[in-house]
Amino acid sequence: MATTLLRPDQTFYPSPRLAAKAPVETLAYMVTFDPTRKKPDGLLTLDVDPKSAGFGKEVGRAEVPNVGDEFHHFGWNVCSSALCPYAAHPHLERRYLLVPGLRSSRIYIFDVKPNPKQPKLVHTIEAKEIAERAGYSRPHTIHCGPDGIYVSALGAPDGNAPGGIFVIDHDTFAVKGRWELDRGPQQLAYDFWWHLGYDTAITSEWGTPNMVEAGVNPELLLAGEYGHKLHIWDLPKRRHRQEIDLGKEQQMVLELRPAHDPSKAYGFVGVVVSLKDLSSSIWTWHLDGSTYKVEKVIEIPAEPADPNDLPPLLKGFKAVPPLVTDINLSLDDRWLYVSAWGTGEFLQFDVSDPFKPKKTGSLHLGGIVRKAAHPKSGPLNGGPQMVEISRDGNRAYLTNSLYASWDEQFYPEGIKSWATSIHAKPEGGLSLDEGFFSTFEQRTHQVHLEGGDASSDSYCYS
Amino acid sequence: MTSAWWPWAALALLGAYHGVNPGMGWLFAVARGMQEKSRRAVLSSLLPIAIGHEASILMVVIAVSLTEEFVPPFFVRLLAALVLVTFGLYKLLRPRLHPSGFGMRVGFIGLAGWSFLMSSAHGAGLMLAPVLLGLPVYAGYHSLSEISLQAVAAASLHVAAMLFVMGVVSVVVYEKVGVGILRRGWFNLDLGWSLVLVASGAVTLFTAL
Repeated sequence: MATTLLRPDQTFYPSPRLAAKAPVETLAYMVTFDPTRKKPDGLLTLDVDPKSAGFGKEVGRAEVPNVGDEFHHFGWNVCSSALCPYAAHPHLERRYLLVPGLRSSRIYIFDVKPNPKQPKLVHTIEAKEIAERAGYSRPHTIHCGPDGIYVSALGAPDGNAPGGIFVIDHDTFAVKGRWELDRGPQQLAYDFWWHLGYDTAITSEWGTPNMVEAGVNPELLLAGEYGHKLHIWDLPKRRHRQEIDLGKEQQMVLELRPAHDPSKAYGFVGVVVSLKDLSSSIWTWHLDGSTYKVEKVIEIPAEPADPNDLPPLLKGFKAVPPLVTDINLSLDDRWLYVSAWGTGEFLQFDVSDPFKPKKTGSLHLGGIVRKAAHPKSGPLNGGPQMVEISRDGNRAYLTNSLYASWDEQFYPEGIKSWATSIHAKPEGGLSLDEGFFSTFEQRTHQVHLEGGDASSDSYCYS
Repeated sequence: MTSAWWPWAALALLGAYHGVNPGMGWLFAVARGMQEKSRRAVLSSLLPIAIGHEASILMVVIAVSLTEEFVPPFFVRLLAALVLVTFGLYKLLRPRLHPSGFGMRVGFIGLAGWSFLMSSAHGAGLMLAPVLLGLPVYAGYHSLSEISLQAVAAASLHVAAMLFVMGVVSVVVYEKVGVGILRRGWFNLDLGWSLVLVASGAVTLFTAL
């Protein structure tokens, strides 16, 4: 199915420094899902060219033949890591988007080459193939690796642990099997990424499908049963090397953003909620000698609130938790972006010194209590959630839904979905884009940009 | 003999080709240099890569020499032709085979092992078979030691040419040009290489008949 080129795919860049100079994106791909599971989920194409009359509007939509998939995260078949020296395949073409259904466990493969505005469904990997060949279910994060497509999965087909990673062949799209040869003590899974320059993979923890699919379970949460650890792995040997416990009160250790520069061995991870005071936090992991260490570098406090303004789940706490559920790091490893989905805040930090972040920007959209408006809207609900950064670092794309069953617990009135773009100033600071604010019938989730973005590619050269 | 020089030239040229091909090693050397931010790391990567390549080549050279010693030349050529054509066709079908289980942090032995597997998967040594068969030592009866000497000389000339070109390219890319050159200059030679394997197999076959 894969096709080869005579020269390397021109969207591949050896280093993040070179990728930052890539042409500015004119199209964005965004997945949407129907929370009522009655209509098929979609892969939408958005016009993100500010010079175009249709700026911010939907210009294409690909549908799937099923309902109830719950599209969530997605990724490319191949990317800049194809230039890595030890498993190079630079002439494979970046043209397929792999879109997992987080609930159905199907993975749909869309071809964006014939018409970039109207992706075409060309292949479907069924849940059965993933279960039989890898023993996993509920595929989540997709990263194009040097030697194949890596996918994390929340759990086993029965909805329990362990979750982990499986690999898909980038030539045939066959499921090659479970990635881990030795998983050590790791049971819970969520996100993963790597330091290619150090042959190191990192995985984080959310909860098993049975712990998350019916909504956040307050008993499990207050007992500290959701994920609170990081796992460090030997990437080529596929073996667990180290477990780092952030502490049982640090519930849900989610998005992993390692430095893009492969010569650096540090990165950032967000924690959704602390049982101590409902705060969210960002932690920096780093290589110290031969082991990794982690320290908390940012804490975002909960905001006091009138119980009447709060959903049943939060009334007793008399506060809105910030609920940091996504973070993203610019390609130059300088700016860290943080979505606080509960308070409706989007924050920017200068992380030139990864242990001493400086807050450089903040703005509000939506939020459980604040319901902050955009100049082109009335009061908004949901909050900044999925965040994607352009390769040049000048724009952030935001959507406002988290996960169907959890959306209802925090925003019981039902999320009204939107997507928008934020300007990041070169010297730091954020401003709203007055041109791009769009609403959608279905729930919006991850966005990826034409040719690549700050979370789609990884690099083997500094 | 007027025909004596061409196999040596071909061995050196093939070595230069393997030296200039990013997938065969120089790129790995540059990546290691960038990771360590040191030219020493570039240069110290070259020897294990060359050793792995030499080992892969020697495997074929020894096989050809031993076969030549005990089997009539006609059958050696026939066998070489069949192997070349089959391997070339296989590479046409699966052009992107690469060894698995390797990463950026390989040591001396790991890098040599990677180079050995990469060269073997590429068919680097196989391409030498028809050239070796053109060497005068294979034309008539010679003792095993004479053949071995010439075989080692052939493999070493090939690898010396590769090492020289690989060294120049990796240092120039590391110091001056930068890895951005990959985007423009890394042409897909898989198809051409596979066809040349098949073609040289065919030529070997016809010279055998």
